[in-house]
Amino acid sequence: MIADQLFDWGWAIDHLDEVWSAVVEHVALTALAVGIGMAISLPVGVYAYRHRRAYAPVTWVAGILYTIPSLALFAFLVPLTGLSYLTAEIGLVSYTLLILIRNVVAGLDGVPQDAREAATGMGYTDRQLLWRVELPLAAPVIVAGLRIATVTTIGLVTVTALIGLGGLGIFILRGLGRFFNTMILLGAVLSAALALVADWALTAAQRQLTPWARRQRTVVG
Amino acid sequence: MEECRTVLCWFADPANWSGANGIPTRFLEHVWMSGLSVGIAAALALPVGLFIGHTRRGAFLAISIGNLGRAIPSFAILALALPVTIRLGLGLGFWPTVIALVALAIPPILTNTYAGVAGVDDDTLEAARGMGMREGQLLRRIELPLAAPLVVAGLRTAAVQVVATATLAALVAWGGLGRYIVDGFAQRRNDRVLGGAILVAVLAIVTELVFGLVERAVRPRTESRERRRLGLRAPAAGAEAPGGA
Repeated sequence: MIADQLFDWGWAIDHLDEVWSAVVEHVALTALAVGIGMAISLPVGVYAYRHRRAYAPVTWVAGILYTIPSLALFAFLVPLTGLSYLTAEIGLVSYTLLILIRNVVAGLDGVPQDAREAATGMGYTDRQLLWRVELPLAAPVIVAGLRIATVTTIGLVTVTALIGLGGLGIFILRGLGRFFNTMILLGAVLSAALALVADWALTAAQRQLTPWARRQRTVVG
Repeated sequence: MEECRTVLCWFADPANWSGANGIPTRFLEHVWMSGLSVGIAAALALPVGLFIGHTRRGAFLAISIGNLGRAIPSFAILALALPVTIRLGLGLGFWPTVIALVALAIPPILTNTYAGVAGVDDDTLEAARGMGMREGQLLRRIELPLAAPLVVAGLRTAAVQVVATATLAALVAWGGLGRYIVDGFAQRRNDRVLGGAILVAVLAIVTELVFGLVERAVRPRTESRERRRLGLRAPAAGAEAPGGA
């Protein structure tokens, strides 16, 4: 049956509980994936920055992971890890790596040599240099990557509906199955809104944390 | 004798290589759908990107479309296109998929074309104008060649995403390689799911490699270290637009 009504507000209000728990699941799946992705990408990116020879193979592997279609990747994983959060997270994390690693390296590349030399001259150790000079100066570019990774992940979470998770993707999938526009619209509009809010929040956070970068133009995305 | 249900047997079974649900047919459907969608998207986004990049007018529009395009999940666009095409009498399957894939492909092509043309050095343009080039010549002989790697990078991102996403077409009753994955899930046949997944993954990687070669071929030979230092080299998949927008 094709409902004639474009959006059934009554249905939406009756199902607010479900909508809310889908939003929470969506945010949780995304936050966990981006968090783990960052925890992997930061050390790998720093390593690839210091050992240039490692950069090509690292981005090559991350690039292949990034290229594998999400539905195909979940299909590979389901026989191994089942219809589980683990399956979803392995897939979601793999898609964040290329973007994050590349931006960590690009960010560190963009740190002015003068700043490094000044810090070294002041007696900073390598570790202090990294945490107090290089990473803060690279932050705008790293956050730019974080934004792309987050927005991409929010979109990909909808696909995990096919393996029984999906957050708001569940609404899209069920809506498709029943030709029920209200469910499709709810899932689509809310996930897009979530992506825009996340993008905006990360930008705002970055501006607060790196006040010196406000006047500067961002280098590479 | 028990039926063999590993993915190797699935590939070896001659029945899977012929007919409407055979691998060659599904493969061609997938390639045709992807090519058509990227073609339509390029026909729409390239001229607009060139115009915005050349005149530097409407950059905000390009960036907004890029951001919005990333924010709306393609699965959602596919699902939203379905009721529209049904109402317009275009039916299931083909058209909703084309609409979703074109919408997916436009942002990377548009933002990269814009960024590539807008990123051409002002001094270079000034020199070309000084040599008496008209605006049309400027676009064709200076801006387009210099922007080419970024433009191709945009096409590459778009094409790889489209090949990957065309898999979802099976959810709205169209063909392509996604059929094996979606049907395999429904029938609990892991051999089919895996077979389909391998085929799509290979197609996506081949697409990436082919566009990578094109990107290398169109890279201007004069590219200086300065250009690379400024980050004007072509970004690979995923980084549609330089700058945090």
